[in-house]
Amino acid sequence: MSTLVQSPQTQQSKNYLNADHGWKSWLFTTDHKRIALLYLISITFFFFIGGFFAVMMRLELLTPRGDLVQADTYNKFFTMHGIMMIFFFLIPSIPATLGNFLIPIMIGARDLAFPKINLLSWYIYIVGGLFALGALLAGGVDTGWTFYTPFSTLYSNSYVMAAALGVFISGFSSILTGLNFVVTIHKMRAPGMTWGRMPLFVWSHYATAIIQILGTPVIAITILLVAAERVFHIGVFDPNVGGDPILFQHLFWFYSHPAVYIMILPGMGVISEVIPCFSRKGIFGYWAIALSSIGIAVLGFLVWGHHLFTTGQSMYAGFVFSALSFLVAVPSAIKVFNWIATMYKGSVSFETPMLYAFGFIGLFTIGGLTGLILATTAADIHVQDTYFVVAHFHYVMVGGMVMAYMGGLHFWWPKMTGRMYPEGWAKISALIVFVGFNLTFFPQFILGYLGMPRRYHAYAEEFQVYNVMSSAGASVLAVGYLLPMIYFIWSLKYGERAPANPWNAAGLEWMIPSPPPTFNFDTIPVVTWEAYNYHEPDAPEVEVGH
Amino acid sequence: MATETHVIAHGPELRHHFEQPEQQYESATLGMWVFLATEIMFFGGLFAAYTIYRTAYPDAFASSSQYMDVIIGGFNTAVLICSSLTMALGVRSAQLGQRKPLILFLIATMLLGCVFLGIKGYEYHHKWVEHLVPGFNWNYPIPQYSHHAQILFFLYFVMTGMHAVHMIIGEGILLTLVVMAYRGRFTERYFTPVEITGLYWHFVDIVWIFLFPMLYLIGKHKLL
Repeated sequence: MSTLVQSPQTQQSKNYLNADHGWKSWLFTTDHKRIALLYLISITFFFFIGGFFAVMMRLELLTPRGDLVQADTYNKFFTMHGIMMIFFFLIPSIPATLGNFLIPIMIGARDLAFPKINLLSWYIYIVGGLFALGALLAGGVDTGWTFYTPFSTLYSNSYVMAAALGVFISGFSSILTGLNFVVTIHKMRAPGMTWGRMPLFVWSHYATAIIQILGTPVIAITILLVAAERVFHIGVFDPNVGGDPILFQHLFWFYSHPAVYIMILPGMGVISEVIPCFSRKGIFGYWAIALSSIGIAVLGFLVWGHHLFTTGQSMYAGFVFSALSFLVAVPSAIKVFNWIATMYKGSVSFETPMLYAFGFIGLFTIGGLTGLILATTAADIHVQDTYFVVAHFHYVMVGGMVMAYMGGLHFWWPKMTGRMYPEGWAKISALIVFVGFNLTFFPQFILGYLGMPRRYHAYAEEFQVYNVMSSAGASVLAVGYLLPMIYFIWSLKYGERAPANPWNAAGLEWMIPSPPPTFNFDTIPVVTWEAYNYHEPDAPEVEVGH
Repeated sequence: MATETHVIAHGPELRHHFEQPEQQYESATLGMWVFLATEIMFFGGLFAAYTIYRTAYPDAFASSSQYMDVIIGGFNTAVLICSSLTMALGVRSAQLGQRKPLILFLIATMLLGCVFLGIKGYEYHHKWVEHLVPGFNWNYPIPQYSHHAQILFFLYFVMTGMHAVHMIIGEGILLTLVVMAYRGRFTERYFTPVEITGLYWHFVDIVWIFLFPMLYLIGKHKLL
């Protein structure tokens, strides 16, 4: 281990942030850490655009009548919210920022296997984002983020083509990121960094990459067909002339359901890092967590039909997809139980990343369990297309992934920037996010169960009290997201300088200076220890390293 | 540092973040294989659509097969298989460090690819003349099958079109390789780009090997 820790003099000197200056050194960089920051800035931009539409929707839904906007505009609000948040924030979120930054360091490599392709993926993402922004500025899209046919191909008068092209293009960025991760994890591991010694963060990204590689091309070709259909009106998805709109739904969800796991698996990876650190204890059930990531990736490809329970899929297919959807809950539950077992008898402390991890476990569990209600064909017919579904996937996506993303950002912020964030403010904002989130989305479970359909700008008067609660929660949530934005930027200049390992955490990334030097390691480390080698309080000292 | 001398000892092809040339070679090869997995899923979506419509409208699809010229399609298949052979021979020349045969085989592969694309263009033109281009020029001789056959021909153009796009990209890569080979960039120790381009080229060929029977042969009753 001693070979890894650099002398104090080198720690103060060159790192990846001050190695080079000027905009060219950023826009033409091939350093995975700089590309991660480029992604961080871009996805934050899209997050706030998506957030703006969420705010507009919650404003409209304050009152039962449609008084702020008309139905057409409201359709565009929820569509743009979905497209921006899913394709341009959630899918790249943790993999492209934290994953990009950390995976090479965690496995003891100097960079990803293909640094130029990594930069290319960011440019592709930006081009895709510009198309989506163009669609937005030109007047928006009203198909919903799902682009269901034949509405999207025949009837919609909005800017479907531009938005669809944006999604199509940004998909290649996702594929290239996944490709880079798979090759890097296979071929770039340091000597001694066996598969069984890799941090679980890396395992979860490996599983994510599998989905990115095998799922994304299917939506690419689907969007291509939608675009061709929209231009030429041949009727591939038009039932009037023998086309099959259900085929579109199958192809769409073949990607878009696994994409849900692109959006949650990396979050699970973050939680698997944070919990052992703040429990001062090795992870419980390493292989169970590692393989359950792969299990989720594989099973995730077999459940897409549960989006088609009410849209003309055969009853027997419904049975099978229902059963398979229950199965995918098993690996998710394995993870939750193992995280809790990791905390058991650990010396748990409550730093900000840990608060987010707690939030993740609770909210993800609620999101996951309500998913089982939706996977039950009979129950699903009752709550299909209601706010129950909206609440369910926001508990997973926002309560799960965004919580994990925020937790991960706090956890590795000192490593990425070399500065500490203000712990007090961070704890307060973590609590605000938790309270605001539940206030926003829990009433939506009730609304959905009572029968309020999603995607309407007006509703029956008896639903108003829950909608007001939800809108109030959204404004609390907004504060919870703006605060970190402010203190993170503040910390860049005024934050305390971060030591190499502020959390006393295990893992190669904590053995190099904060911020890391451009090539991460002076000499490639030789790994002789297991992952999460935290010293347990009563356990005898175990010799690590050398 | 030790790593600096490491890099210099292995020549300019070894990029800074790799420790060994073998590691770089294996990464590039694995990267191409993973990319091909993506490509399989990309074409897989089209194959799925084709299978579903073929099962739904077997008569319309069978009626359309008489407008596919098996002789031309078969000849084109042979051309493509030959191009795979020249590509494989090119990879072998690269591995042996033979610069001149490498350039010749790469150019032969390019020419065969161009022949394929030319013939494909002729077929497209023929479809245009026969009013078999959905969305632009469509007038199907059997009216009751018109709608369903249109879906088939649409899939025909999308599938062969995407295949042709991959061929054109391949031609571009081959041209780059020819220039690199001409400048003496490849040695018996460094030929990775040639090898992974070979993988790509063979994959594009294999896609055609599936497209040909699906579009030309299934449901064919008589040779025209």
